[in-house]
Amino acid sequence: MAKSRDLCRRIDRSDGFATLTLDLFSGSPNPNPCSYSRSAKRVRVSCASPAAAAAEENRSNPFDSLSEEVLFLILDRLESDPLDKKSFSLVCRSFYAAESRHRRALTPLRSGLLPAALARYPSVSRLDLSLCPSVTDAALASVGGALRSSLRSIDLSRSRGFSYAGIESVAVNCAALVEINLSNATDLSDAAAAAIGRARNLEKLWLARCKMVTDMGIGCIAVGCQKLRLLCLKWCLGISDLGVGLVAVKCKQLRSLDLSFVPQITEKCLPAVLQLPHLEDLALVGCLSIDDEGLMSVKQESKSLQVLDMSNCQHVNHAGFSSLLSKTPELREISLAYYCKVTHSLASSLQKLYNLQSIKLDGCEVTTSGLKTMANSCRSLGELSLSKCSGVTDEGLSFFVTKHKGLVKLDVTCCRNITDLSLASITSSCTSLTNLSMESCILVSREGFRLIGQHCHLLEELDLTDNDLDDEGLRAISGCHNLSVLKIGICLKISDEGLIHVAKGCPNLQELDLYRSVGITDIGVMAIARGCPLLQIINLSYCTEVTDYSLRSLSKCSNLNTLEIRGCQVSSSGLAVVAVGCRKLTKLDIKKCYFVDDAGMLLLARFSQNLRQINLSYCSVTDVGLLALASVSCLQNMTILHSGGLTSNGLAAVLVACGGLTKVKLHSSFKPLIPKPILEHVEARGCLFQWRDKPFQVELEPSEVWKQQSQEMHV
Amino acid sequence: MDFKLRRPLEASSNASSSMMSEISRNLKPGLPFIPCDSTNICYGARQEQSFSEFPPPQVTQCHGLYAREQKTETKNQLEPSSAVNDLVMDWNPRLMLSNLSFLEQKIHQVQDIVRSIISQEGRANELAAQQQLVTADLTYIIIQLISTAGTLLPNIKNALLSATPPVAQTGVVANLPVNASQKHHEVLSVELAKASEYDELIKDLNSGGEGDELIKCLNNSVAEVSESIPIEDHDIKDYDDGMDGENLPPGSYEVLQLEKEEILAPHTHFCLICGKGFKRDANLRMHMRGHGDEYKTAAALAKPSKEASSEPAIIRRYSCPFVGCKRNKEHKKFQPLKTILCVKNHYKRSHCDKSYTCSRCKTKKFSVIADLKTHEKHCGRDKWICSCGTTFSRKDKLFGHVALFQGHTPAIPMDDAKVSGMSDHVQVGETTNGMVANMGYNFSGNASDDAQSLDIKDVDDGQGYFSPMNFDACNFGGLDEFPRSAYDVSESPFSFLSTGTCSFIPRNGEN
Repeated sequence: MAKSRDLCRRIDRSDGFATLTLDLFSGSPNPNPCSYSRSAKRVRVSCASPAAAAAEENRSNPFDSLSEEVLFLILDRLESDPLDKKSFSLVCRSFYAAESRHRRALTPLRSGLLPAALARYPSVSRLDLSLCPSVTDAALASVGGALRSSLRSIDLSRSRGFSYAGIESVAVNCAALVEINLSNATDLSDAAAAAIGRARNLEKLWLARCKMVTDMGIGCIAVGCQKLRLLCLKWCLGISDLGVGLVAVKCKQLRSLDLSFVPQITEKCLPAVLQLPHLEDLALVGCLSIDDEGLMSVKQESKSLQVLDMSNCQHVNHAGFSSLLSKTPELREISLAYYCKVTHSLASSLQKLYNLQSIKLDGCEVTTSGLKTMANSCRSLGELSLSKCSGVTDEGLSFFVTKHKGLVKLDVTCCRNITDLSLASITSSCTSLTNLSMESCILVSREGFRLIGQHCHLLEELDLTDNDLDDEGLRAISGCHNLSVLKIGICLKISDEGLIHVAKGCPNLQELDLYRSVGITDIGVMAIARGCPLLQIINLSYCTEVTDYSLRSLSKCSNLNTLEIRGCQVSSSGLAVVAVGCRKLTKLDIKKCYFVDDAGMLLLARFSQNLRQINLSYCSVTDVGLLALASVSCLQNMTILHSGGLTSNGLAAVLVACGGLTKVKLHSSFKPLIPKPILEHVEARGCLFQWRDKPFQVELEPSEVWKQQSQEMHV
Repeated sequence: MDFKLRRPLEASSNASSSMMSEISRNLKPGLPFIPCDSTNICYGARQEQSFSEFPPPQVTQCHGLYAREQKTETKNQLEPSSAVNDLVMDWNPRLMLSNLSFLEQKIHQVQDIVRSIISQEGRANELAAQQQLVTADLTYIIIQLISTAGTLLPNIKNALLSATPPVAQTGVVANLPVNASQKHHEVLSVELAKASEYDELIKDLNSGGEGDELIKCLNNSVAEVSESIPIEDHDIKDYDDGMDGENLPPGSYEVLQLEKEEILAPHTHFCLICGKGFKRDANLRMHMRGHGDEYKTAAALAKPSKEASSEPAIIRRYSCPFVGCKRNKEHKKFQPLKTILCVKNHYKRSHCDKSYTCSRCKTKKFSVIADLKTHEKHCGRDKWICSCGTTFSRKDKLFGHVALFQGHTPAIPMDDAKVSGMSDHVQVGETTNGMVANMGYNFSGNASDDAQSLDIKDVDDGQGYFSPMNFDACNFGGLDEFPRSAYDVSESPFSFLSTGTCSFIPRNGEN
């Protein structure tokens, strides 16, 4: 016992350990853990003397001496990778049992596995069924039966095939149920809502896109679930003011309410909603029935509201909005994306909001005077988004940033008029910037990037897509050593030289976007792969110089989960190396990689068991390779257009064999060729078909031409 | 109906004018007098309630035997009787005697009718009419009895004193002489402080036509209003509030009280020549043209103008003749009725049989035909239903109701549930499809199609609701955890629901 307590203490101390060796049989009272490190997770439990262990085994398994408490503490540290837990549970029976009892979250791949999984894991509290496209009422009934007291959260947002009866069995049986996500259940009607209403302890409920639910259903929920704190009614087309009003009357604990895109919502429900004593977050995106006069007629104040999203409310002008803002003095975040025009009068209505932290004005028309007034009205903003705003000038932006030196996030995507002048003021005043998005700011030059690298050392995310960036600029930017996300797609001037600088300067890089940056070759990618071992996402699409050598080097990045290499000169052997090295690969896009054939698929199927999404268009894959992929049990999303070697029979076989498919994009010429019963069978399992009729297009467009075309589209 | 109602009235006038003094002793308690209990009279819940405040009808049959004894018997029910013993000296025994003998006569009449009912059992049509007659007679007897008892009270004199003077003043319409033999017995006020005054008033009313003229004049104008204004709302409360919001101080207006028979009379204007009755004065004038040229003059055809315009308008309010009613002036919280139309509608709604039944739902009954018509307009459209069984024609009313009461939820129709239950099949099977269609799939708010909606009602028979009761019938394991208490209150209305009132399946097709 003393020993196990000691172990507990040690595990507690070893916060994140790379390898923790627990020596069970050495006589020393205080065995030392091998090493400490923040990032890795591997436990080695060893028997120090084989002889002693063999002797022990005669009587009992040595691992049985570890108490469950110890095992749980170890398991607590194995959360990051599901494979670790799997290995853990395979050690011995007691480990297996401990893991079964320890597990709280379960994300099954198939609903068919549910009964077995539930039998093994009796204390699951979070059940995420988003990977199961088809969940039957029987499966839900088994959930309700097995997890009576433990289930707290269930996610059905990506599932279909169940009815109100299934929901009812969960809602009624699981008394501790606190969260239900039923988004996208477009065929559920009021009966299902009534069933939800029987989950008395429900606190969070998502009903996005439940288009058939009406006021009657939401009324049942309002009466039944009076502890609701979060309610999302986005796209619930059948709901009107009456239902929302009843929710506001009955659910006094409500913190967060999302009424976005509900066409019938008018200002009539707002007094009741604003009266909610704890309401913090209100989303009214795209509520087209709310207009200026209505908002001005609302007299109710809300002292608790902190986040307000009124994007896309096209019938609201500054008068109505100012009137609403004067009723909500505690606001911290405002989102007014696609709002008509940000002028002086609107900006001055922000003056009373002392706590304002964040403003999002995406897609608005912003005047310089409006921006200046806003800068003067607000105290100290942390976040400003002017993405796709027209009318943002150097003058306005410079004035703004000099007033708000505490900016952490700034988004000036597609503000095409800003130049180095703006960047000079941004970099000199906002030294604490962590996120900077300036896609398509084409007037910014090398000098601007130099300033970024010089001053913004805290930058973590930088988006320079479609900028006039060259190697010099990239070298400057590599001075931001904390960068984890760097997007430098469509920067035609950059080359390997710049990338090598980035690889040296940004060791924490996790996401790199080099889409259509055609100057990149294998050398640059190899440098990145070496310098940035934490890389998770890389996009090398249409970097036509990239070959198998790049893939070989990238195979060393064991965290890589997304690889997009459209139109690269890679072959099956390169892909195979990646498949072996990057076991966490979930998303692979090899469109127009003409040399990838069945051999690559076979190895991919063998090693990348976590693959969820694959694009095989224009590849030289035949029925055989595709059938091999069917053994990847996680595979959900497939796009196969213009694969020459594919026959309709082979495709049909693949569709039947891949049990977990949720979305398949195929060429429409296959539609009449695949037997209809097979299509229906696959659809009944929860798969959606998208039939595309794109023309076959062999040669790649030169990137210069492509960029020119895209810019003409913008202008 | 008209004739039958008039019989007791004639008798009453005879009785009071001849002042019969002998007391009939042969009325014994054991006589085969059918007790008039509430089951015999088809009164609704409302009437039963108010009725119970009166001495039970059985008591009235023995009052003729010994009046004093009866008074003590009814001591508990009848408030004024507490004063009877103390104030014996203040009443006129002769008058009392005459009243009692008159009542005795009335009781004999009722007895006769009841006997005839016994003898001709089985003829349903007549039976109903006779039952009504008995009811009316008994009500009258009760009223008379109470007013007789009221003469024992010295302190209730204000009502008559305030009511009498205008009777003399307001007999203004002279162009409609009324045949005295046909006219009704008009009692403007039942309460009399002194016996002499009562006597005078009775004489007044019997001999002179002034009182009649007043009533007719009022009825005339009111009847016109009643015909020309379509009645939209059948909510009784809305109508009864003839005075609400006015808050006239008591005494600032004069209170008139029509007799029940007056209220229920179908015609108030009678042709002097042929005796034909009319609801409206204007119709009578039109009719009079046929009797000769002298009735065709402009003066004769002109609408009788209100000469009262010169003198200050007297605020006139009305009292319901039903003692114990809040609209009766004896009531502690008396709320007068504003117009004669209010009186008529109030009396019919509150104190009369609901004889008009809705032909669609066959459940809802009304005593005012306009109410029936209004209801029929909406019948079958009550598609918003609460878990307690209450139906609403408007969704916002339902939500107001749900917001108000704890535990009440909107009830969701069962066929909705079926639709979602079949959701995993892309195509609904043909058999189920047919069934669903029967269950009201085609209904979709098409309430004007009578035959169809009736069909729907017959098919689903009130079972089709997704209600707490249905929940309990299901086979889910932990259903007993569901708190029933919230719905317990609603049990009885819910059984009412299953009888078919609300069987029209609401389809949410509108949304």
